[in-house]
Amino acid sequence: MIPAPAFLTNPERFMAFSRWAAPMFGAIAVACAVAGLWLGWSAPPDYQQSFTVRILFIHIPTAWMSEFVYACLAVASLLSLVWRQLLADCAAQAAAPLGAGFTLLTLATGSLWGRPEWGAWWVWDARLTSELVLFLIYLAYMALRAAMDDETKGARAAAILALVGAVNLPIIHYSVYWWNTLHQGASVFTSTGSKLAPVFYWPVILMVLAYTSAFGSLWLVRIRGEVWRRRAEAAALRIARG
Amino acid sequence: MIHLETGKYAFYIWTAYGLSAAVFVAMVGASLNLSRRWKARYEELSRK
Repeated sequence: MIPAPAFLTNPERFMAFSRWAAPMFGAIAVACAVAGLWLGWSAPPDYQQSFTVRILFIHIPTAWMSEFVYACLAVASLLSLVWRQLLADCAAQAAAPLGAGFTLLTLATGSLWGRPEWGAWWVWDARLTSELVLFLIYLAYMALRAAMDDETKGARAAAILALVGAVNLPIIHYSVYWWNTLHQGASVFTSTGSKLAPVFYWPVILMVLAYTSAFGSLWLVRIRGEVWRRRAEAAALRIARG
Repeated sequence: MIHLETGKYAFYIWTAYGLSAAVFVAMVGASLNLSRRWKARYEELSRK
């Protein structure tokens, strides 16, 4: 058996690390968001999209987060299945509501951008549909965990669902290349560099950093909450047994 | 210099930013509440 990383086997070490790391990531998120919004709202309107380009400063980061959080959820699920570590399972459980929140925002902000630009709130485009499927997978993951009385069995079933659902990540990413989509292809990171003008590129990058740091902070806080919950339930059981 | 004008797209832009702010507030509130509530419960049970 491959040994698990020490970080995942030692909740005490994690609690000591997250006590200072969570506020630090939160502070980085606020600083990047202030800088990103300042630069973004100082930029002139786009020559094609006009003022609606400002929605992209919050849509692109949240779309990135919806996939990144799912990748974190899938990796944590794999680690909890392989090593059956408490922290990996706590991390997977803690990531799901945050990922669902980011995915909901991706769909909502995309729709609010699409209405003036495409003339429709929603189209059954491959990128939009696969993103909707991602949202449903997040909901299914949380529902499955909540539905089973035995928490260990629920965690294992949800971890398997998370791993199966990970197949949707490359589908989301490559959907704009595999099918004819209304949604545009990659524009921030491409093999030939960014297609965005610098006045839009830097605000987007800063907002991506802000959202990623915010997730880091909230994830750590939620994992801490899960560790406290399991400790409290173990203590309640000890008291009940006398 | 920040330009807050949004032209005829004000509804779409401000709704997108308002929704984002609301979801972030909900995620921060729920996460802090989860952590504080269970920490307090654990400390309460530990004293028994």
